[in-house]
Amino acid sequence: MNAVPQAIAPAGETDPAIRARGLTRRFGHVTAVDQIDLDIPRARIYGFLGPNGSGKSTTIRMLCGLLQPSAGTVNVLGHEMPRDAEPLRTRLGYMTQKFSLWDDLTVSENLQFMGQVFGLPAQRRRARVAVVVEEFDLASLFKQRAGTLSGGQRQRLALAAATLHEPELLLLDEPTSAVDPQSRRDFWESLFDLVARGVTILVSTHYMDEAERCHELAILASGRIVAQGPPQQLMAEIPAAVVEVEAADTVAARRALVMDASVLSVAQLGTRLHVLIDPATPEPETRVLQRLRAASVAAQSTLVRASLEDVFVAATGFGRAADQRQG
Amino acid sequence: MLLRLFAITSKEVRQLARDRLTFGMIVGIPLMQILLFGYAINFDVRDLDAAVVDDARTSHSRALVADLQATGVIVLRPPSPGLSDLRRRMESGEISVGIVIPNDFERRRLGNDRAVAQILVNGSEPMIDAVARGLASVPLPVRAGDYRSRTPVFEVRTEYNPERRTAVQIVPALIGVILNMTMVIFTAAAIVRERERGNLELLIATPIRSWELMAGKLIPYVLIGLIQTTLILTVGARIFDVPINGSLLDLYLAAALFIAATLTLGLVISTFARTQFQAFQLSFLTLLPSILLSGFMFPFDGMPPLARMIAQALPLTHFVEMIRAILLRGAPLAAMQVPAMKLGAFLVIALAIATLRFHKRLD
Repeated sequence: MNAVPQAIAPAGETDPAIRARGLTRRFGHVTAVDQIDLDIPRARIYGFLGPNGSGKSTTIRMLCGLLQPSAGTVNVLGHEMPRDAEPLRTRLGYMTQKFSLWDDLTVSENLQFMGQVFGLPAQRRRARVAVVVEEFDLASLFKQRAGTLSGGQRQRLALAAATLHEPELLLLDEPTSAVDPQSRRDFWESLFDLVARGVTILVSTHYMDEAERCHELAILASGRIVAQGPPQQLMAEIPAAVVEVEAADTVAARRALVMDASVLSVAQLGTRLHVLIDPATPEPETRVLQRLRAASVAAQSTLVRASLEDVFVAATGFGRAADQRQG
Repeated sequence: MLLRLFAITSKEVRQLARDRLTFGMIVGIPLMQILLFGYAINFDVRDLDAAVVDDARTSHSRALVADLQATGVIVLRPPSPGLSDLRRRMESGEISVGIVIPNDFERRRLGNDRAVAQILVNGSEPMIDAVARGLASVPLPVRAGDYRSRTPVFEVRTEYNPERRTAVQIVPALIGVILNMTMVIFTAAAIVRERERGNLELLIATPIRSWELMAGKLIPYVLIGLIQTTLILTVGARIFDVPINGSLLDLYLAAALFIAATLTLGLVISTFARTQFQAFQLSFLTLLPSILLSGFMFPFDGMPPLARMIAQALPLTHFVEMIRAILLRGAPLAAMQVPAMKLGAFLVIALAIATLRFHKRLD
């Protein structure tokens, strides 16, 4: 049984919680995960950001030993995966993408059951259930069947069940996909509480605001990591200049801009256009205005700081603008 | 280890108790089956609709018809004026048996070379044919002066079931059929349901071992199987007067062995099926040959060699053999070593297949 998690990772445990090299998974002819390298530090929230089908779930399942890699190596908390998957079970907490506790059992029964399955002795189990019920505000739902809970309540229960045995590493697969904004905020507060106690968390998401809260981030597209690093650094080092354009006729402005070879991507936000431009372009905001004046579109432009969405668009290859030009 | 086993078992029991439909099926399926089989399946056919064409119209022909009616096998409907009317009535399904007495009946009766009358039988329905053929052995009406001895060559005595009641032949084996049906489906569905709902992905990410998961899920169903056995035995003895000649302990031991074997068959199915629907279909795929080939309805010894080979691989075949021996013939379990060992072998092989095929992985 592992000790109570400590505030700071003890000496000798400074190597990453997860290290993967060349991690690959193929399903038949489809390569779901392609040559991924990962170094996930301890006591941090590490995010996987990517669209559906980008390989987030497959990677998480390989990291917790549920899927066998087709190639590559994984080391989790100093153990080889999937060889040492079984001895690691008590040190990992896993929250599946879909709610997978039992709908026909009550909150209390679900927690008791998970405690038993993780082998917690009766006394410790009782104490831990009391702690997580308090921590995740489940007291009023204690006797309610899990099937009747709301999305946010279910997610609190799932996280409570995943942390019941005090794992050192939590793997959360799109935990907030069916949850309202307030519950999402509360959920992230809980994650930071856990990290403060030394737990390492890997969380996958397709929400930009959630990804921005992570200490570190990997952006996945088509099974590859296309960008990796702290969100602030990714935004600062984005390989593009970001210009915001305010135009009366956004449709005409958009049409004019995508024809410009230096424009990498155009996205509309209300009445404004968010334009990514080749960083080699001198004075990008002037260039944009010239382009628009040539198309006789009245507009104003400002150079702005990149958002995480810009980073995501840049990392996934500016797909759209190039397509639009060709079309 | 025991904690995890207990956790699975108590969770399973709790879920079962809350699933009213499944819970109802545990009692409902055996009750419905035994009443259906007990009443509907009746090999001693009686009261077949029959009509007569009597072209002779003598006192002897009327006596012959009266004798046939007295057997209780047929019930006479209004007579037909001729053969074509008789055929039409059989075609429409109004009658199953037609009796034709020709106008030269008296001459045929006194001679000894030709049949005196004809019985037409609707051969499109099972059993009726064989039964009506039995009618043909009814002796000619006996009158002073023309006594003909028709003493049968053999006297038949039916041991263990002197009254030849179908229920006695059906009910003991029916325990096996019902257990086979419910046990395979329940276990296969119990595991596949968790896979379908995503519970299994969470479970296999915990320290639980494969055998704890499987055994924990099977234990409640062993108890359910024994409850079903008791239910069928009670109804069989009370309503259908099925004798219990052997020891009850032997009977329950045999039933427990059979239950374990069918549960592991359900486990094997659960490792193949991805959805509950597939699990049901696969279960029925094993059920039909079990019912047809196990000796439950048709004598095992009369089957072609291939059918007998298939039957050897079905647990029901061996259980039907054991239960009939114990229940009707009062045989001790010790005399049933061969079928018991075959059941045991099935159990071990099926368990090995299920364990090898069940991984704590998603691929």
